[in-house]
Amino acid sequence: MNLTLHVWRQTGPRDPGRFVTYQATDVSPDMSFLEMLDVVNEGLILRGEDPIAFDHDCREGICGACGMVINGRPHGPRERTTACQLHMRSFRDGAVLWLEPWRARAFPVVKDLIVDRSALDRIIAEGGFISAPIGSAPDANAIPVRKESADLAMDAAACIGCGACVAACPNASAMLFTAAKVSHLGLLPQGQPERHERALRMVAQMDAEGFGSCTNHNECQAACPKGISVAFIARMNADFIRARVVGGRRVAAVGEGGTG
Amino acid sequence: MNLDPKVPSGPLAEKWTRHKFELKLVNPANKRKYSIIMVGSGLAGAGGAASLAELGYEVSCFCYQDSPRRAHSIAAQGGINAAKNYHNDGDSVFRLFYDTVKGGDFRSREANVYRLAEVSVNIIDQCAALGVPFAREYGGLLDNRSFGGAQVSRTFYARGQTGQQLLLGAYQALERQIAAGRVRMFARHEMQELVVIDGRARGIVVRDLATGQLEAHLADAVCLATGGYANVFHLSTNAKGCNTTAIWRAYKKGAGFANPCYTQIHPTCIPVTGEHQSKLTLMSESLRNDGRIWVPKRKGDTRPPNQIPEEERDYYLERKYPSYGNLAPRDISSRAAKQVCDDGRGVGPGGQGVYLDFSEAIQRLGVAAIRERYGNLFEMYERITAEDPYQVPMRIYPASHYTMGGLWVDYNLMSTIPGLFVLGEANFSDHGANRLGASALMQGLADGYFIIPYTIGDYLARTRHAPIKDDHPDVRAAVGAIEARLKRLLAIQGKRTPTSFYRELGRIMWEDCGMARSRSSLERALDRIPALREEFWQDLTVTGEAGELNQCLELAGRVADFLELGELLCRDALERDESSGCHFREEHQTPDGEAVRDDERFCHVAVWEHAGEGKQPVRHQEPLEYESVHLATRSYK
Repeated sequence: MNLTLHVWRQTGPRDPGRFVTYQATDVSPDMSFLEMLDVVNEGLILRGEDPIAFDHDCREGICGACGMVINGRPHGPRERTTACQLHMRSFRDGAVLWLEPWRARAFPVVKDLIVDRSALDRIIAEGGFISAPIGSAPDANAIPVRKESADLAMDAAACIGCGACVAACPNASAMLFTAAKVSHLGLLPQGQPERHERALRMVAQMDAEGFGSCTNHNECQAACPKGISVAFIARMNADFIRARVVGGRRVAAVGEGGTG
Repeated sequence: MNLDPKVPSGPLAEKWTRHKFELKLVNPANKRKYSIIMVGSGLAGAGGAASLAELGYEVSCFCYQDSPRRAHSIAAQGGINAAKNYHNDGDSVFRLFYDTVKGGDFRSREANVYRLAEVSVNIIDQCAALGVPFAREYGGLLDNRSFGGAQVSRTFYARGQTGQQLLLGAYQALERQIAAGRVRMFARHEMQELVVIDGRARGIVVRDLATGQLEAHLADAVCLATGGYANVFHLSTNAKGCNTTAIWRAYKKGAGFANPCYTQIHPTCIPVTGEHQSKLTLMSESLRNDGRIWVPKRKGDTRPPNQIPEEERDYYLERKYPSYGNLAPRDISSRAAKQVCDDGRGVGPGGQGVYLDFSEAIQRLGVAAIRERYGNLFEMYERITAEDPYQVPMRIYPASHYTMGGLWVDYNLMSTIPGLFVLGEANFSDHGANRLGASALMQGLADGYFIIPYTIGDYLARTRHAPIKDDHPDVRAAVGAIEARLKRLLAIQGKRTPTSFYRELGRIMWEDCGMARSRSSLERALDRIPALREEFWQDLTVTGEAGELNQCLELAGRVADFLELGELLCRDALERDESSGCHFREEHQTPDGEAVRDDERFCHVAVWEHAGEGKQPVRHQEPLEYESVHLATRSYK
């Protein structure tokens, strides 16, 4: 297969950036999308040109490092598939592809297709955890968990933190990401003591990072490589509203993320 | 080289308890005066950093990924072992200990393994408390599955994403400490050098991968939790970024490297499709609970699998190892696959594959049950191969996966450099010559959550450090050496890319030092690798500059270290003139192809000491003494 690639090239956060066109020739349909880019990059290096920078690591769809917008769709055309698991057989010979980084105010471009997603880590740091210091745990079977709750918590916990939901959202909202963590922990008995505080604090951090609001476009769910449902957003909203009514501890008093 | 393992005296089951009492403590108010560097943010690294910060130490944590949540522990699929005996099927701490020692072909340190089995039960408790959504039964209690090399059901799991969920638990604990100001996190930072002052590890030099700037970070102790070196084979199941640089730098600064030749080939991976292949994907060993492995009985049988009648199939694992069947340990299953493929009975393109067939399990349990157990794995397989494993058997082949070897550590996880601790896959300690499935996660979290918090305090309490600054001559020299190295890589301006050298090294390693090794193949590799390394330093091309984000330069630096490690690995394999676990020397096998150990000559840990550039490394030995188990011939028949 032969393809034409229009790739976003940007040397750093302050460079305006531009599309540059490359030809990918002799592409095998068995290649993954990133392997196709590897081959293009080998050619660039041999010509002394700067290879296309993109984040990637596990290449099996679980680490969440890779991600680029391919013809307007985060991670490309195949549903529930990360860019590293996308194979070239999903494209036809002669296809023209436009490759761009995630575009969101909260994700500044580092270089080419690489963006800074540390805002997502800071949302987790605000409450995406259970405060159970190492060594303090009771026997794992001491607290039974309904199978349905555990399964639903696992559905939410499957989030890989890639940021495709943000890239897909017209408002660049991180609601699906945040809701997945709030739901995962809120569905488990171990997560109850901090449940209200968690929703309040994580939503506040999400806003502070410059992510937009949710206006129910559901693009996030369509783009999510793990198929995480927007129903979790409703669940988070419920937790948030309940927390506002019941009142968590004052946010200022939670310096060290206590036991709630 | 001082190789005192510092194993506590007393009965096996009491050693750790007694040792914990004998270790010196650091007063709670004094802990914040000590700084600790943690390199790596996988289960061992994130778990260790969070635990140490909870105790009150001042911790700095480094990872090369853009977030600590992406460390390669995340890719582990199948599960984590623990001797909970929740199923009343005869499990115990001693049985998990024994299975692990036996699985490792009697080449691990008894006391370490016992401790691992002992703390395994605490790990499950801790993870459940942190919100890991383990699989549950309808009564709300934890579910288990079976794994290779064991006859009890002791593996806990979270669908096919156990590593992900355990890592997220550790990552969230780490983020809690970051928010509390007790851990400073440095993502996109790669360790380039270890700083040793007055014989003690006092810091590291890192490269900020986003800007290319070099920085020195100093502390009272340094922990490496940087994973294994399976990527020396180029094609492996490891993430693309996994590399040996951190432990290799430490080795060159004086840390002993133990058993580098113990590298594990995982039996169930998706076969290679072509030259472009950049990595291999593992299919969890848990699939062997319900999948049956077979090849056609006849050579060169190219019929589609569903047209091969039952009686013309060879379920070779069930035939050769009736008591363990498809759950035979990894080294044995991998070699058996190689044997049938070498015999001309492999399936798929190039004959490099065997079938992993679920049709019987689907008939017995229904599609829904199989989907619930393995749905995400089946999907992953379908994405990569465009074949539906609900309809046709999977094709699998062994691939390099894990390294049991690593930096030598004593019972306290301290290397031969005082103040340098090594955790998780990066050390050599617990798995001997072969690791059992679902034991890597166990070891990573054991080291991070439950061992380093005790042992590092003892070192800190006994050590008085003079404060050092960035302008200390040894620090400046370490930074200068890395600057010079990066400049040298950029200055070659040759004709070959880092990947082309990497691929060639991988081929040498796989062909000459892979699933089967011999004196002649290893001697050939020991000729080929130095020649390739020389060519690397003369004909490499790297684009761009050192002072910017430069993925080409990052890879070049990693390949340069793999080119050195690969040689040590082959040298160790050559010197270990026996077969043990994953190290299979063709000269040492039974008539039916099983490994033959030589306990007289090789019941020891081989520890390599760097003797200087261009000099042969020195091989030392730590004898392995078995007090509680009898050295037996491993049998899974």
